[in-house]
Amino acid sequence: MIEVTGIKEIIKPENLAYRRTEVLIDNTLSYCPGCGHGTAHRILAEVIDEEGLQSQTIGVSPVGCSVLLYNYINVDIQQAAHGRAPAVATAIKRLLPDKFVFTYQGDGDLAAIGTSETIHACNRGENILIIFVNNGIYGMTGGQMAPTTLPGMKSTTSPLGRNVKTMGNPLKMTDIVATLPGTYYVTRQSVHTPANVRKTKKAVRKAVQYQKLDRGTCFIEIVSNCPSGWRMTPTQSNKWMEENMFPYYPLGDLKVPEE
Amino acid sequence: MEKELRLMKGNEAVAEAAIRAGVDGYFGYPITPQSEILEYLMEANPAESTGMVVLQAESEVAAINMVYGGAACGKKVMTSSSSPGISLKQEGISYIAGAELPCLIVNVVRGGPGLGTIQPAQSDYFQSVKGGGHGDYHLIVLAPASVQEMADFVDLGFELAFKYRNPVLMLSDGAIGQMMEKVYLGPQKERLKVFADWATTGKPDTRDRNIITSLDLDPNGQEIFNHKLQEKYNVIRENEVRFEEFQTGDAEYLFVAYGTSARVCQKSVQLAREQGIKVGLLRPITLFPFPTKRINELTGQIKGILSVEMSAGQMIEDVLLAVNGKIPVRHFGRLGGIVTTPEEVVENLKTNIIGG
Repeated sequence: MIEVTGIKEIIKPENLAYRRTEVLIDNTLSYCPGCGHGTAHRILAEVIDEEGLQSQTIGVSPVGCSVLLYNYINVDIQQAAHGRAPAVATAIKRLLPDKFVFTYQGDGDLAAIGTSETIHACNRGENILIIFVNNGIYGMTGGQMAPTTLPGMKSTTSPLGRNVKTMGNPLKMTDIVATLPGTYYVTRQSVHTPANVRKTKKAVRKAVQYQKLDRGTCFIEIVSNCPSGWRMTPTQSNKWMEENMFPYYPLGDLKVPEE
Repeated sequence: MEKELRLMKGNEAVAEAAIRAGVDGYFGYPITPQSEILEYLMEANPAESTGMVVLQAESEVAAINMVYGGAACGKKVMTSSSSPGISLKQEGISYIAGAELPCLIVNVVRGGPGLGTIQPAQSDYFQSVKGGGHGDYHLIVLAPASVQEMADFVDLGFELAFKYRNPVLMLSDGAIGQMMEKVYLGPQKERLKVFADWATTGKPDTRDRNIITSLDLDPNGQEIFNHKLQEKYNVIRENEVRFEEFQTGDAEYLFVAYGTSARVCQKSVQLAREQGIKVGLLRPITLFPFPTKRINELTGQIKGILSVEMSAGQMIEDVLLAVNGKIPVRHFGRLGGIVTTPEEVVENLKTNIIGG
């Protein structure tokens, strides 16, 4: 009894060390347990909140697992056709240049069907932030092979493993856009440990500041897991990601502004 | 303020009218026979005068999705293309219809199918009027028959688009887009300063977030939404039918034709009347909504209708529905980019309707 009373003494609003930002809506996430999307959403929402940008933000959600982004982040959001988010965001930013404009896209959306829109928005140096969540698979449709699926990796459409001779090699879109003069800041991060969460948040915060400078496209890849699509537990999937995804998609900055 | 008289191509008239209408953004991709629209806008550089954004997109697909993004911000935005390009835009047009966004799309039609030809045709009627993209939706379709109307329908198009939160398609063709005529242009209008309450312009504390989407995973919700769309289309059918009649007062026969074909048929009416044939012309100006009621009324007086169209017979299906079997209806048209001559039309009236 004494112990319970003690806990009640501690659980008080003034003692809160961590609270949910109001920019993150209190809805049950549609993501599978252990998926990185929820963490990536929280990072984005926190930065929008901390930078005081809620009234200035227009987001674009993709087709894929994060199609329902607008149910979770409390800003104005447009849902784009599959792969077209960078084109949609281009028009938003051109017509409302003072607003903070971002897209949030998966690897099927950004690196397969939307390759053209991604490369050309980056090549024009559209002053937007593109957040690219790469989990190497089509999650929403049930685990099909993505352009980023690793060689030998099994999926429902590569059940014998990705054969690079017939299916091609995984596409490193982040490396490609880093070569374009239009991009200003290109980085690859992850959200599977507290240290990586902090690094990703720092990257998002930088991108927000860079957008105010009007210097070009900011592109943040978040290498993430897909426990359901990979047929693993969340813990297994994070270990597998470290051992297999990171060697192919090494974390770190690919292009940083000269400051 | 007085209107300015200019000699222009139809395509140039659309571009100049767009600047004067206070359009916020144009997103396009080059394709014959409409590239003059993008070229004129780039040359005019309205970013310096009105602040209008003009952007050459990397593809037709990107261009229509830029229109989606701009329209969802409550801005007056448009694109233009020709048949193959409009086919590429259909996914985006379906999303725009599904998200109920106002915008203007101009199709300067050329002959098809496939890469077809670059000469004028009217073979995109089904695509324009019956859907084009996936799902149960309609565009409001305006059919200009002159350079003047290509200019005027920019303003009218945006007026209707915003009134109904619905995409508007201007269905022109390579002849009207390329030919030069005199055109009266209106004064410069200011760009929008106040935006619709549904627009994504950044969420102030005073309202909930705005979401632009065509997605509803709940089929019951999606059915309710579809009924709402259909109700809107019925209101449009009731209120927005536009057409023009030419010498129908005493007519025993009738041409139904739009755009370039309507201009040809106007001459055919004269030629036939010189031969003692009492024929008139009904020119639909809106193809959706179609002047169904008026065509049905005319069946009391008319003995037969020749539906004239530069296609294998697409609009004739709507004429047949309007007539509902009361009188004979036949189609006449040249295909693949050939413009019908007035004489051919009269000949066909004689053999197919009067003698047929």
